[in-house]
Amino acid sequence: MLNLDFSILNWGLIQGFILKGLWFSILLTAVATAGGIFFGTLLALMRLSGQKWLDAPAALYVNVMRSVPLVMVILWFFLLVPLLIGRPIGAEYSAVVTFIAFEAAYFSEIMRAGIQSIPRGQVFAGQAVGMTYGQNMRLVILPQAFRNMLPVLLTQTIILFQDTSLVYAIGAYDLLKGFETAGKNFGRPIETYLMATVTYFVISYSLSSVVKSINRKIAIIR
Amino acid sequence: MAMDWMVFCKDTLSGDVVAGCFGKGRDITYLDWLFSAWGWTVSVSLTALVVALVVGSIIGVIRTLPNSPWLTRFGNGWVELFRNIPLLVQIFLWYFVLPALVPPMKNFPPFILVVLALGLFTSARIAEQVRAGILALPKGQRYAGMAVGFTTVQYYRYVLLPMAYRIIIPPLTSESMNIFKNSAVAFAVSIPELTQYALQVGEETARPIEVYLAVTVLYAISALVINRIFAWIEKRARVPGFVSSGTGAGGH
Repeated sequence: MLNLDFSILNWGLIQGFILKGLWFSILLTAVATAGGIFFGTLLALMRLSGQKWLDAPAALYVNVMRSVPLVMVILWFFLLVPLLIGRPIGAEYSAVVTFIAFEAAYFSEIMRAGIQSIPRGQVFAGQAVGMTYGQNMRLVILPQAFRNMLPVLLTQTIILFQDTSLVYAIGAYDLLKGFETAGKNFGRPIETYLMATVTYFVISYSLSSVVKSINRKIAIIR
Repeated sequence: MAMDWMVFCKDTLSGDVVAGCFGKGRDITYLDWLFSAWGWTVSVSLTALVVALVVGSIIGVIRTLPNSPWLTRFGNGWVELFRNIPLLVQIFLWYFVLPALVPPMKNFPPFILVVLALGLFTSARIAEQVRAGILALPKGQRYAGMAVGFTTVQYYRYVLLPMAYRIIIPPLTSESMNIFKNSAVAFAVSIPELTQYALQVGEETARPIEVYLAVTVLYAISALVINRIFAWIEKRARVPGFVSSGTGAGGH
């Protein structure tokens, strides 16, 4: 049995290695969720538009993104974005762009289901009071779709938070990288991997408990 | 940007283009290596899928057993544990941490460690599906099994599980496709699978776009084949007159 030594865990280590990574993981999750929901909603609207020239490219984009491993998408963007804009960008910026583009595909499927869950009568009611397509979506359909899909959107956000650890592939400095770097510097990799495990577990488990209680609240209101 | 597909015909050592693109004897080309990497991805994924199905079914079943609160708690704990830790972190746990804590595990080949990590990670998701499938059946099915004198094992084996598995074929299909995608994470511990190949050969040949394209297409083909196999199973296993929740849905 190996002797574990957790004495390296102190405020200095947290401040020096962990906070920077934790901050990036949270930032990446937040930006990717916001951007993913925004572009995902646009993709969902394209797919539900009934216009072939909007539907087909959106469907192609979503299906391609969903059939490729996230790690490969991260590598693709890290390779292609600098070629397209003509200058190198850091691993962190590349990760943000990748996650928004990748998550948009998953969020679009959720938003599509959410929009389809709204009874047709709601659409007709909006039209009957003279709303334009944009007004109808913004004021009648999307608010209800968001509300219906809130638990699923939040669950996807938790998965997204866990997936941020995959930026390891391009060497971005996230929570996992923070623990790993600390482990290398102090020569205690086993202990820091265990701390990383506990940290991820506590964050994800608390978030999923929050989602469960939101689920219960929504169930009561209905 | 001109593509240069001849890169796959090159010998991995000399860098010369080999006629026929496949190496002879002990010399291998990047194409040979690509297929070997695909083989690793397929074998890691399929073995992990077997582990996930077996463990996931057991955990899923014990979460629905009547009058066994401790087994149910164990099952719930299992699912929460494996669901709330990122897969990459779990891979590191199996690869670095557990062998350090449990010395006999030092002799495990990396393949086994990665399969266990991926398999148990997926087992939590499959356990959720198995449980949902069993709970989706009307309570009367369970009582009917009891009424004809079956033991618990018997009514699970002959009454509940055959229908529950049919119900969950659609989510099982997507989980099986996920396992192929998730196997990409094995690159982090240097399993010579497709993503590791993409990283290494992309750099070695300085032709990353061609290499990434080939790897991406192979991932897509793998997922498609799995999808078709499950569609075939679903069709073959369909019970006439029983409309499962999954039939007719758009799917992927």
